[in-house]
Amino acid sequence: MTTAISVTGLRRSFGDQVVLDGLDLTVAAGSVFALLGPNGSGKTTTVDVLSTLTPPDAGEVRVAGHDVVGDPRSVRAAIAVTGQSTAVDDLLTGAENLRLVADLLHLDRRTGRARAADLLERFDLVEAAATPPSTYSGGMRRKLDLAMGLMGDPRIVFLDEPTTGLDPRSRRAVWDVVRGLVAGGVTVLLTTQYLEEADQLADRIGVLDGGRLVAEGTAAELKRQIPGGSLRLQFADRPALDEAARLLRTASVDVEALALDVPSDGSARALRNLLAVLDDAAVDVADLTVHQPDLDDVFLALTGRSPDAEVSTP
Amino acid sequence: MTTPSHTITDSSTMLRRNLRHALRYPSLTLIVAGMPIVFLLLFVYVFGGTLGAGLGGPEGGRAEYVEYLAPGLLVLAVAAAAQGTAISVAMDMTQGIIARFRTMSIARAAVLAGHVGGAVVQTMVGLALVLGAALLVGFRPDAGPGEWLAAIGLLALVSLALSSLSTAMGLATKTVEAASNAPMPLLLLPFFGSGFVPTESMPAGLRWFAEHQPFTPVIETLRGLLTGTAIGSSGVVAVAWCLAFSVVGYLWARANYERRPAR
Repeated sequence: MTTAISVTGLRRSFGDQVVLDGLDLTVAAGSVFALLGPNGSGKTTTVDVLSTLTPPDAGEVRVAGHDVVGDPRSVRAAIAVTGQSTAVDDLLTGAENLRLVADLLHLDRRTGRARAADLLERFDLVEAAATPPSTYSGGMRRKLDLAMGLMGDPRIVFLDEPTTGLDPRSRRAVWDVVRGLVAGGVTVLLTTQYLEEADQLADRIGVLDGGRLVAEGTAAELKRQIPGGSLRLQFADRPALDEAARLLRTASVDVEALALDVPSDGSARALRNLLAVLDDAAVDVADLTVHQPDLDDVFLALTGRSPDAEVSTP
Repeated sequence: MTTPSHTITDSSTMLRRNLRHALRYPSLTLIVAGMPIVFLLLFVYVFGGTLGAGLGGPEGGRAEYVEYLAPGLLVLAVAAAAQGTAISVAMDMTQGIIARFRTMSIARAAVLAGHVGGAVVQTMVGLALVLGAALLVGFRPDAGPGEWLAAIGLLALVSLALSSLSTAMGLATKTVEAASNAPMPLLLLPFFGSGFVPTESMPAGLRWFAEHQPFTPVIETLRGLLTGTAIGSSGVVAVAWCLAFSVVGYLWARANYERRPAR
């Protein structure tokens, strides 16, 4: 396994506001890493530092094997960035935007044209290519933005909240693009406020809070880190509920819903034992659902607040 | 790797981008030419009769004043164009694409060179329109081919100097509104110089300022080239001012471009 991105002890402040406070991060080549965090947790600043837009105050940051401070040019040659504000030229057409990037990459004419045509095709922008992006929908702009980034055949792609503000269909289109990139061996680091997005796309997830990673792992690992799975048993009538509640002392009773919540790790064995107890007492279970903690719970447990809570951004 | 050849290629790519903007949205060029043309008509037809009489030349009156005014007005047009440059640079900086340029392996100076180069071309086109208008209202320069070339060269140099300066202003200001105000002093300087009336007619303190500020030698040199008045040392002083402005503008612009927040 080779390392695409390695960050050690990254610090960055703006004025007296500490945004990144000793961030450590490693991303394996060819994987998707999601930085998950609320507004103001330092996601965008992390991407800015990794993409050479903002110099770090302290720490070592290597991208594609190059130091972002010592050798920013080599870093830039290996990366593509799609920020929150779309990086397209609104006064040029879609095709001209791609050609501009091709010229700046010093691609020869034929390669430039072939890549532009291929990307327009891939992102379903062929018809829109002759008009300026100011006439595009949000999803189309984001796709053109991505396409411009991919003209240089980058090895590492940074996506800063790539689907914020997009409708569900455009979001899915962007997700497909990300999956396509990974299939082609590209390393992707994306930031998101959406837990579902991290869950869907990422091999590993880092939870960013207060400028440092408070947890890191696969979605499953993160979910396992916190207890709190439970089984919800639904009963047909009150007597059955009461009888079950008597048998299962750890359960909490929801009289209105005729349901019991039993703390459990949700394993097959725990399930079997539980049902055996009820079966022996001839209590009928009308319905059973397993509740695994989702990333929302993880987030809450790790940071002490819900991921949707607005925190003032710098 | 930044090689000099890449800097040139990237700069010309950026120049093409800026020229394409100008071609597609010609309104800015027209505004650049429009203001000086309005001033031309105002000064020739409203004030020209009286001002011309005050010049005390052989012909006197309006015709005399057109000859005096036209060179100053061309320089005013360059200053007006600088205001447009500051605005378009500031607007460009609000576009997300600048962040893309910064994360690409391209010569950093290229973005600035594109703006300055585009502005010079745009200004020269605007100047042709202003000159055309001046000819229509009776301006009759007596310059030979060599003097025309020198005049065009001087105007291009002034344009380079003011474009560099206004590019820096466009980068230094935080909003487009502020960027449009920053070059205002440049627009006023031709008035506080020999652009519209001879400096001899001014009170002592103002006259000293008028004779020592950068626009006066530029205007005097251009007037001499186009209408045959005495140039004296003005030519050298004018070129020196232009080079100084260009260098200061370039260094200021580059420092600002590096320092600007990422997004």
